[in-house]
Amino acid sequence: MTPDALLHPRPEGLYCPAGDFYIDPVRPVARALITHGHADHARAGHGKVLATRQTLDIMALRYGDGFCASQQAAEAGSLDVNGVAVSFHPAGHVLGSAQILVEHKGLRIVAAGDYKRGTDPTCADFEPVPCDVFITEATFALPVFRHPDPRSEIAKLLTSLDQFPDRAHLVGVYALGKAQRVIRLIRDAGYDEPLFIHGALETLSRYYQSQGVDLGALQLATDSALTKADFAGKIILGPPSAFGGTWAQRFPDPLIGFASGWMQVRARIRQRGVELPLVISDHCDWQELTDTITELSPDETWVTHGREEALVRWCELQGRKARPLNLVGYEDEAE
Amino acid sequence: MKHFAALLDRLTVTPSRLGKLRLLRDYMTGVPDPDRGLALAAITRDLDLRTVKPAMLRTLVSERVDGELFRLSYDYVGDLAETVSLIWNSDAEPIERSIAEVVTLLNSASRSDAPAVFAGLLDSLPADQRYALLKLATGGLRVGVSARLAKQALADFGDADVAEIEELWHGLSPPYTDLFAWLEGHAEKPAQAGLARFRPVMLATALDETALSELAPSDFIAEWKWDGIRVQAVSEEGVRRLYSRTGDDISGAFPDLLEALGFEGAIDGELLVRKNGVTAPFSDLQKRLNRKTVSARQMAAYPAGIRAYDLLQDADEDLRSLPFEVRRDRLKSLIDTLDEDRVDLSRDIRFETWDDLAQFRAAPPERVIEGLMLKRKDSVYVPGRPKGPWFKWKRDPFTIDAVLIYAQRGHGKRSGFYSDYTFAVWTDDDVLVPVGKAYFGFTDAELKEIDKFVRANTIDRFGPVRAVRAEAGHGLVLEVAFEGLNRSTRHKSGVAMRFPRIARLRWDKPPREADTLATLSQLLDN
Ligand SMILES: [Zn+2]
Ligand SMILES: [Zn+2]
Repeated sequence: MTPDALLHPRPEGLYCPAGDFYIDPVRPVARALITHGHADHARAGHGKVLATRQTLDIMALRYGDGFCASQQAAEAGSLDVNGVAVSFHPAGHVLGSAQILVEHKGLRIVAAGDYKRGTDPTCADFEPVPCDVFITEATFALPVFRHPDPRSEIAKLLTSLDQFPDRAHLVGVYALGKAQRVIRLIRDAGYDEPLFIHGALETLSRYYQSQGVDLGALQLATDSALTKADFAGKIILGPPSAFGGTWAQRFPDPLIGFASGWMQVRARIRQRGVELPLVISDHCDWQELTDTITELSPDETWVTHGREEALVRWCELQGRKARPLNLVGYEDEAE
Repeated sequence: MKHFAALLDRLTVTPSRLGKLRLLRDYMTGVPDPDRGLALAAITRDLDLRTVKPAMLRTLVSERVDGELFRLSYDYVGDLAETVSLIWNSDAEPIERSIAEVVTLLNSASRSDAPAVFAGLLDSLPADQRYALLKLATGGLRVGVSARLAKQALADFGDADVAEIEELWHGLSPPYTDLFAWLEGHAEKPAQAGLARFRPVMLATALDETALSELAPSDFIAEWKWDGIRVQAVSEEGVRRLYSRTGDDISGAFPDLLEALGFEGAIDGELLVRKNGVTAPFSDLQKRLNRKTVSARQMAAYPAGIRAYDLLQDADEDLRSLPFEVRRDRLKSLIDTLDEDRVDLSRDIRFETWDDLAQFRAAPPERVIEGLMLKRKDSVYVPGRPKGPWFKWKRDPFTIDAVLIYAQRGHGKRSGFYSDYTFAVWTDDDVLVPVGKAYFGFTDAELKEIDKFVRANTIDRFGPVRAVRAEAGHGLVLEVAFEGLNRSTRHKSGVAMRFPRIARLRWDKPPREADTLATLSQLLDN
């Protein structure tokens, strides 16, 4: 069997004809396997959904309990889906994130979804899974992306609090994964004052805490007992989209930060009007992507979700077989 | 380099002046000599460093990185030095180096060694310091810190008066070790070394017209306020220098003027371009500013001269403690000995009453006049902006009614508010063409009203900018005040306003009644 026959792109998403399922489909389908809870991968409205317990929980929190007709939690070990063996392995991206191994007639394909290799106490570490074909993301697949140690980025935030004690420090974070990781990093740096959060972060942060991720004291920034002066020199976390809204008008002289892998590029920093860029990513940087391909050494590498061209070029230079997998519907901006 | 790199990273993204001052002050506190002085010089571009050409960078990087991967990366990043700093990869053990070491290494390399030395530095520096090295070495350090701001940061750091630093500045050179020693209180103030030094400038406060009745006209001398740039021309034992009002040496661009400084002393005046006895508009003067050298053609096309206001030093005598009236008499006798095409006197305006003077103000004899200056006859010359002895009485600003078309989010205290406005006027074809931007002049309450209007009338978004509904019958008309209008090739409208600000919100006016480009163009300075 050729790899293409086992898994190939359709407008709905990556399709497996033998098992009659899609991986991370962007349109409603009868049977979906979901790698993780980010909105561009996990959508509502499918028939049957197979994902990790945590991803299913996260989807229910985001979309309501009826986000699909029926759901099944992927347990450890291999599952049979219409005669195709399927197993879920940690991707190190966000809580519940998994790579999906599809195995049929001796052919093994790993769809890694989004993944990273750096340590992150808020989710399980990436597990290298031997395979014939590795489907990798390419969000930060340019040799200019080199994510620094996230602890040094958090140190910048804490230094800024000392330097500008009268200013509210607003840190832009996406609600799933980035928020909790940044909070955990701030705690690990020894900061134990309450952290203020935007309402959009609350549900998922509580869920992380219920899963044993200690985030310390979190307080809603909209708490009516708080006055403007209470936020001076404090850290407030929220989705970046809220910073341009009237929500931000409650804080004294806000200093806008943003925790994202994109903050490595100055044009992006300027474009967003960010004063405190924190290069913290939940994706691999260039080195991690290329190291992973080298480590797994698959017969073929399929590249999707970002800057496919550069990573395919690198594979060619290494004498590795690779091609872009033209899937639509995944957001370049997703972090 | 470590702290310097961190400082640059923060400075480039910190828009507020106070924020920059804080970062600079903390840097000077945390970093020893000579690095802090070298960093300061690098930022104000006073550092003597052999630079690296972009072509050399491209060659170096092409030896390391696949051309196609580099192209893709450069396309994405958009800046050569930044791309190289990020893409450069090395297995070498990182070495922390001081700026002093880096400067020495670069300056001592021979021409043929330079590429290898530079590559070696890139290899051994920690990754997050490569950008600082590249910006330093390519001379592309633009972090929004003027020499003036750097001096203010030094003043903050040492709890000194910025005028004292300006006065000393020209006698100092990087890494300013003696200056830091004095500011930290463990050495004497450095001597004012050298000839033809700068003297800190005295400035005027804005006149409160309602207070005029309490002032006696006979106590004051009035003169025109010319729209050039304030300068100090100093000539001492053959050394001649022209300084900006913050003490920056701008002599290099004005050899024609320096030649005419055939006196011993220090004149305070206005730098202007004059053609056939008429003062040329500010836009002509701009062609001579911000350059290190000047061509003979530019000198012929835009001849520079000084209109003298004051005499601070006459041969060996410091006149600053004498009354203004006396200094003026000394100035007049000195000017008589000079070429009047290059240095002439800012003449007194004779008046009996404030009403007389108001009439002069309403009808200035030349366009390049911003208003009037009133100086007490008995005023001594003191640095800074003392309240009382000198007043500026500006001409009323020009105003137009323009339509708000774009609004951009502000920073700091204005975060969360749309506070920077682009406004437009009508062309003959009934199209709105942008003519300027303004981000102050309104009250906090007005800011909230505009912000609300912007949010409710957004038709498009581009990052932090919103396009706002602006049609003949619906939109927000802003009364914009400004000081003058120049021709501009950089703006689609062909005009550029000077010092525009929002004077009033005209909620009462529909956009169709806003001004036209034709009306605006009549106000062009030439
Ligand atoms: Zn994701
Ligand atoms: Zn994704």
